[in-house]
Amino acid sequence: MMATARHDPAGRALPMPATVLERVDEAPGIFTLRVQLDDSVQRRDYRFASGQFNMLGLFGVGEVAISIVSDPAEPELIGHTIRALGRVTSGLAQLQPGDAVGVRGPFGRGWPLERIVGRNVLVVTGGLGCTPVVGVINYILMRRSQFGRLVVVQGVKHAQDLIWRERYAYWRTLPRTEVWLAADVGAPLWPGHVGRVTELFDRIDITPDMAVLLCGPEIMMITAIRQLLARGVAPESIELSMERNMQCGHGVCGHCQIGPHFVCRDGPVFAYPAIADWLGRKGF
Amino acid sequence: MKKGRTVSTPAMRPGIDVSPGPRFLAREALGALIDALRGQGSSVIGPTVRDGAIAYEPIDGPDALPAGWHAEQAPGRYSMQHGGSPRQFAWANGPQALKPLLFAPRESLWRSARDATGRLAFEPVLPAVRPLAVLGARACDLAALALHDAHFMPAQAVDPHYAARRAAMFIVAIDCSHPADTCFCASTGDGPDARAGFDVALAELDEGFVARSGSERGAALFDGLHLPPASADQIQAAAAEVQAARLSQRRHLPSRDLQAALTARLDHPRWNEVATRCLACGNCVAVCPTCFCSREAEHATLEADRAEHLREWDSCFTAAHGFMHGTQVRPDVRTRYRQWLTHKLATWHAQYGRSGCVGCGRCISWCPVGIDLTAEVAALLEDAP
Repeated sequence: MMATARHDPAGRALPMPATVLERVDEAPGIFTLRVQLDDSVQRRDYRFASGQFNMLGLFGVGEVAISIVSDPAEPELIGHTIRALGRVTSGLAQLQPGDAVGVRGPFGRGWPLERIVGRNVLVVTGGLGCTPVVGVINYILMRRSQFGRLVVVQGVKHAQDLIWRERYAYWRTLPRTEVWLAADVGAPLWPGHVGRVTELFDRIDITPDMAVLLCGPEIMMITAIRQLLARGVAPESIELSMERNMQCGHGVCGHCQIGPHFVCRDGPVFAYPAIADWLGRKGF
Repeated sequence: MKKGRTVSTPAMRPGIDVSPGPRFLAREALGALIDALRGQGSSVIGPTVRDGAIAYEPIDGPDALPAGWHAEQAPGRYSMQHGGSPRQFAWANGPQALKPLLFAPRESLWRSARDATGRLAFEPVLPAVRPLAVLGARACDLAALALHDAHFMPAQAVDPHYAARRAAMFIVAIDCSHPADTCFCASTGDGPDARAGFDVALAELDEGFVARSGSERGAALFDGLHLPPASADQIQAAAAEVQAARLSQRRHLPSRDLQAALTARLDHPRWNEVATRCLACGNCVAVCPTCFCSREAEHATLEADRAEHLREWDSCFTAAHGFMHGTQVRPDVRTRYRQWLTHKLATWHAQYGRSGCVGCGRCISWCPVGIDLTAEVAALLEDAP
């Protein structure tokens, strides 16, 4: 124990035992677990930033990288929204309150809130599982007066893929907050645009002063960035959350590399200029 | 950046504490050196012939060393011959570098246990480390070791497994006098003579070794062995062998930073061409002294209340390496070979301040179809100014 404690002050090399306190079913196959570290000292010392992730471990099955969606001001309750897709996430989907998980983390670079505070914020997300931005949207809404306009643009493939419909409807009622939805394939009563998420940009008041947070398929982010730059948004005002195979979480195992970047350590949130050379390069 | 160094006598090499000057170790005294290392409590690992190749294995004494053996290497080919020479180190590297001694091919990171109430407990599994003395480390492998030190032991995130083994390692290097046809360490600036990162370095002559110390522990070892100073002739002869070894190397990589040149050629047709030959077997990764990828795996035990979390060497040539929830970042051999080569020779510079290739040539010898990365680089850069 001693050697690891010395090398590993932050619970990175050794999982911390934790317990599921709450489980919320968000949509078929998508669920949120709120977990608490078992050890009171670890619980007290644990801090995270929106956009960071944990390696969430299921006993005897393995670990998976999951971003943290809960509020960093309440680090004792760690929220993870998960889509049951692979071996580990399908196992995590079986968990109920009282069940145990292992937590390593938090890892990586989160959203640089110090560069966003006080500004108009545009959040563009595409596809399912864009949980990295849910945490930061909630963060902004909980501190509404510290930020300017908040514009959330969410795209999904099929209209029925949209989770948190009520939440989006509620956000829309908040002051200086806009929500725009797009689905490639619409459905009856779909309240948003049918088509690409970036097609909405012509209808949104996008101002060059905006701080932009992007998350989703790389092709969507590339298209969005091109349009945003054309509208005068500064490259350094654009932050994007990247995704790769992650196993160790701290730049050792090598899987998550995009060119010279270790996504787990240098990201997952990158300032656009830092990752621009590698974004959209197929095979990296 | 190190290319073009003039040949110097060992006493002039930078970064090495040579006081009180090179010593002479008679061949018959090599046993005493091994005994002295064992006397320090170390297990001694040295080169020996196993399965028709040089391997680093525990040795009891000099008899285990590959006296008289030579190794012929060519793309896709490694073959050992026995000659009449008394020399014990007249061969270039076999498939195995120092890598497995420090970065274990497979090891447990932690154990977990689940009690009757379902609660989990995690216990780190740290290696049971014994002091290890490595006899016969080559310059290329020492350069690779420095790269792994940078990867596994950055100040903010020291890997306890690697670090524990590293702290317990004593290194006796041997200047390389017989590079293989596949070697190109002179062009990468890493050899053929050992320059840094050793406790003791030896240069082999017919009658014995010119020995220089590179650490206080190395100097103390010399004192204990009462080694006489090496003569000027011996020092001269050792330097001449290094120079001859340098000049004998036929392959080379451009010594400049290839980051810009290679990343400007990510769509070069050569990647398609090499993909028609590459089997994506991962041999190059396994023998590469700097490749560091590992996968993690959870192993449940037969007792349902215990599990073990392992890490084992991985390769960027596997399908699983680039797997990401249902999609595949690198779906074909072209992108996998390109990942391997561009990481090694291009993006490694941004990560660790130099190329990830130390010129050992193993990936050439041990590639079953004889792909030669120096030839691939030359083809990729053919149109370069």
